[in-house]
Amino acid sequence: MTRDIAVVAFAQTDVLRTTDELSEVEMLMPVLHSVLDRTGLKTADIGFTCSGSSDYLAGRAFSFTLALDGVGAWPPISESHVEMDGAWALYEAWTKLLTGDADTALVYSYGKSSPGSLRDVLTRQLDPYYVAPLWPDSVALAALQAQALIDAGDTDESALAAIGVRSRRVATLNSRAQLRGSLPQGDYVVRPLRTGDCPPVGDGAAAVILAAGARARELCSRPAWIRGIDHRIEAHALGVRDLTDSPSTRLAAERAGAFERPVDTAELHAPFSSQEVVLRKALRLDDSVRVNLSGGALAANPMMAAGLVRVGEAAARIHRGESDRALAHATSGPCLQQNLVAVLEGEPR
Amino acid sequence: MSKEPVAVVGIGQTKHVAARRDVSIAGLVREAALRALEDAELTWADIDAVVIGKAPDFFEGVMMPELYLADALGAVGKPMLRVHTAGSVGGSTALVAANLVAARVHGTVLTLAFEKQSESNAMWGLSLPIPFQQPLLAGAGGFFAPHVRAYMRRSGAPDTVGSLVAYKDRRNALKNPYAHLHEHDITLEKVQASPMLWDPIRYSETCPSSDGACAMILTDRAGAARAPRPPAWMLGGAMRSEPTLFAGKDAVSPRAGQDCAADVYRQAGVTDPRRDIDAVEMYVPFSWYEPMWLENLGFADEGEGWKLTEAGVTELDGDLPVNMSGGVLSTNPIGASGMIRFAEAALQVRGQAGEHQVERAGKVLGHAYGGGSQFFSMWLVGARPPES
Amino acid sequence: MPEVLKAPLVVEFPFTRSLGPVQSAFLTGLRERVVLGVTTTDGRTLVPPVEYDPVTADDLRDLVEVGSTGTVTTWAWNHAPRRGQPLTTPFAWVLVRLDGADTALLHALDAPGPDAVHTGMRVRIRWAGERTGAITDIACFEPYDGEPAELTGSTGEFADPVGGIVAAARLDYTYSPGRAQTAYINSLVDRRTVGERCPSCRKVYVPPRGACPTCGVPTAEQVEVGPRGTVTTFCIVNIKAKNLDIEVPYVYAHIALDGADLALHARIGGIPYDQVRMGLRVEPVWTDGARYPDHYRPTGEPDADYDAYKELL
Repeated sequence: MTRDIAVVAFAQTDVLRTTDELSEVEMLMPVLHSVLDRTGLKTADIGFTCSGSSDYLAGRAFSFTLALDGVGAWPPISESHVEMDGAWALYEAWTKLLTGDADTALVYSYGKSSPGSLRDVLTRQLDPYYVAPLWPDSVALAALQAQALIDAGDTDESALAAIGVRSRRVATLNSRAQLRGSLPQGDYVVRPLRTGDCPPVGDGAAAVILAAGARARELCSRPAWIRGIDHRIEAHALGVRDLTDSPSTRLAAERAGAFERPVDTAELHAPFSSQEVVLRKALRLDDSVRVNLSGGALAANPMMAAGLVRVGEAAARIHRGESDRALAHATSGPCLQQNLVAVLEGEPR
Repeated sequence: MSKEPVAVVGIGQTKHVAARRDVSIAGLVREAALRALEDAELTWADIDAVVIGKAPDFFEGVMMPELYLADALGAVGKPMLRVHTAGSVGGSTALVAANLVAARVHGTVLTLAFEKQSESNAMWGLSLPIPFQQPLLAGAGGFFAPHVRAYMRRSGAPDTVGSLVAYKDRRNALKNPYAHLHEHDITLEKVQASPMLWDPIRYSETCPSSDGACAMILTDRAGAARAPRPPAWMLGGAMRSEPTLFAGKDAVSPRAGQDCAADVYRQAGVTDPRRDIDAVEMYVPFSWYEPMWLENLGFADEGEGWKLTEAGVTELDGDLPVNMSGGVLSTNPIGASGMIRFAEAALQVRGQAGEHQVERAGKVLGHAYGGGSQFFSMWLVGARPPES
Repeated sequence: MPEVLKAPLVVEFPFTRSLGPVQSAFLTGLRERVVLGVTTTDGRTLVPPVEYDPVTADDLRDLVEVGSTGTVTTWAWNHAPRRGQPLTTPFAWVLVRLDGADTALLHALDAPGPDAVHTGMRVRIRWAGERTGAITDIACFEPYDGEPAELTGSTGEFADPVGGIVAAARLDYTYSPGRAQTAYINSLVDRRTVGERCPSCRKVYVPPRGACPTCGVPTAEQVEVGPRGTVTTFCIVNIKAKNLDIEVPYVYAHIALDGADLALHARIGGIPYDQVRMGLRVEPVWTDGARYPDHYRPTGEPDADYDAYKELL
């Protein structure tokens, strides 16, 4: 079955260090309204809804059930949820549209990292027998990866710093980003990573609308067609992986058709500066590609939404005519364990 | 071009028990997955993608456990998706996996759901002390018992119906080697004499807390042609959700459940479920939900479901057997419970259900629900592939 | 906007983790100061030993002893140790490939400072004084410039193997309930129950959750409801709940407060439990200092007609 599916609308919140005046649904709802408004669709017009979030961020079981209040799921809707970044919710929605069961899909995700201590919360993702009891935090694991890259001669501390500086400089053009403009590189958080190499911790939400074929053309003047999308996972233990490489990203990109023709734009979900080095290598991105014009995750990293934001940002550039072929990437797990790659295209202008 | 037909060619479960002290979380899921592969006579290399589901991560205290389980499930280098839709998750997970095949994204997919409740305590996971809120006064049974009372009031059902369901399901479980509860000396009198926990729900009318996993191998037409045993064909599948609590919600017969069933029947060409469907594996965590769901799913008119139960229609040798496996009342690894319903439905149409096989099982419904009776997932499977 | 409510939320549990045979052997070995790896069909030795081959997905069972000395493959200097981490003084996180292993183990390295650490350096295990069969039986690694450690000759079989670990986990959150619930909770201080009306369907939600769940729009218009209401349905609870000082049996009821469009949940008192019925008219009973009514009691009014509340069931 070949069915062309496109991202036709994207919306996101400002990403903020804390949003404690808002519940999750109060944070999410304006984004849902905004993305629907862009297409003129109402909830009842949507064929399938899929979301991504994490109970561990909220500190409450079934936290996603209350977020559904913001959707207006009445009459009842065809709906699903992944306990993953929203980029994987988008993948599920894409497969649903491919089957022909639905022509439009609403995909959203959100994360409030501010209630907990994110570095500690993320330790709960690790092997519960050999690793989680040591509480190695997310920055420490990324630092081990960064040092491996430095030892391999793939980068050095000043090159890493430059990635953070560039990300926040371009983020001055992104009003949604949490960190914008020039910031000091700062002290070591976990050496060799300094503050400037690490993502800000923040709260945010994002939503996109997918549509198939003619419906996409009705809803958007220049749809961002998903030419390919694929995701792959690697072994869990850091000690069995080559941390300087990302074979899962490369394989996902290959399956998504990323290497068939050059892309002009890439949105990479690299929460740490060192991970951008790994991803550029795996994706064979050279300097002709505009990488993370949004500022990327080093400027705003709302957990569970940051991957979906990458897809949304890439699509929005196509919508605006600023890109013809863009790559979007999302990651999950310690040191880029799981990766998703989507290739989006706009039709010739 | 229409959707690729989806076939179930492998099914595996663990023997469900209160606590599997001899395996890790990985060891538990692995056991179900290997049995499914064995049933399908396939190896890890034949699997294109893995779709895994479970209920809240707090139950085992592992956040996004698919990351740690990738190795055990042979997912390294493959796509792996993690679904969470509360109690309906086992069913939703199977449907997400089925879509990968139906959309021709993948040829053969492993889908699996689990819960290892002995790692913590479900009551703890469900009642984390949220500040400013009144503590939950009554537990899970207390959440559902008032709805049961509302059903009894609305339907005029005699208060004996719940015990009939429990007595039937526990006897059915004796014929299912994988069921958790095997109460060899069960009698109706014992069910009726068991303590009233959340009046009108008795102890014997509630589900146990189990460690367990369930896996299925789903494949396309070509994969089904190579299968060593008869496949089960998916004739229809759907999910529906409505909000948790809202003005006008019918907690006895939620509209999301009705709509979900209607969608499945439409896909499968079922016009009269009572006539066209041969048996049902439905999600009944408290015995009274059998008559309630019989109505919600269209097997009986409103207020009439209990009459089917009372007349023995839902017995293993009845005209519409329900929960031949013993159901959730006999086995409840929460995240897996929905997938067990789906898998047991498939076992029946494949003729592989062993001692709890029913004779005429051409079309069997698998049903799951979760949250505050708000998330529904269902599939109808048949012995013959879908027409068209 | 009034100040946002906040309170600590502690999520803490001692998880009881059962072990598979490979994990059991490895952790029991640590208790006995022996490090075991597992060999794969293609001859690699994985340490720590995993149950399933990350490349082939094969079952792995063949245990083999490896050295307690090894080489750092990468490291990261942690100048500010966090709760639960292996050392309380600054240390290096390290991946260490133990002598005889093909993969690396994650742990801490006790070193005087980052200048004393480099990739390729030799280290050895410092054993914990008290060992129980857990990854923390390795207290940490320490720099080492001697010969590779001798193997103990262990077969991997031990008396009294550990079958499980208790993994205590505590996470601290700061919970805030958001705008709508904050307003609701604040009104309870004055013993008033204030819901919010949906601007679209006009239904009144108590407690308000910030959104009308059927319309998916914000609710804002505040509406005081109650204090009286009708029992729509209930159950009689016979199990004593932990941490709740309530005598059983008691009645847990759904109560539609007058003016609200859905029921809230509360306990009924002031009437024998077996006389509570659907349609009973009730009112709140407050106790000093409590945020919520202690319970609801009969008002003495005639019962409501079923038709008057059946839509609220």
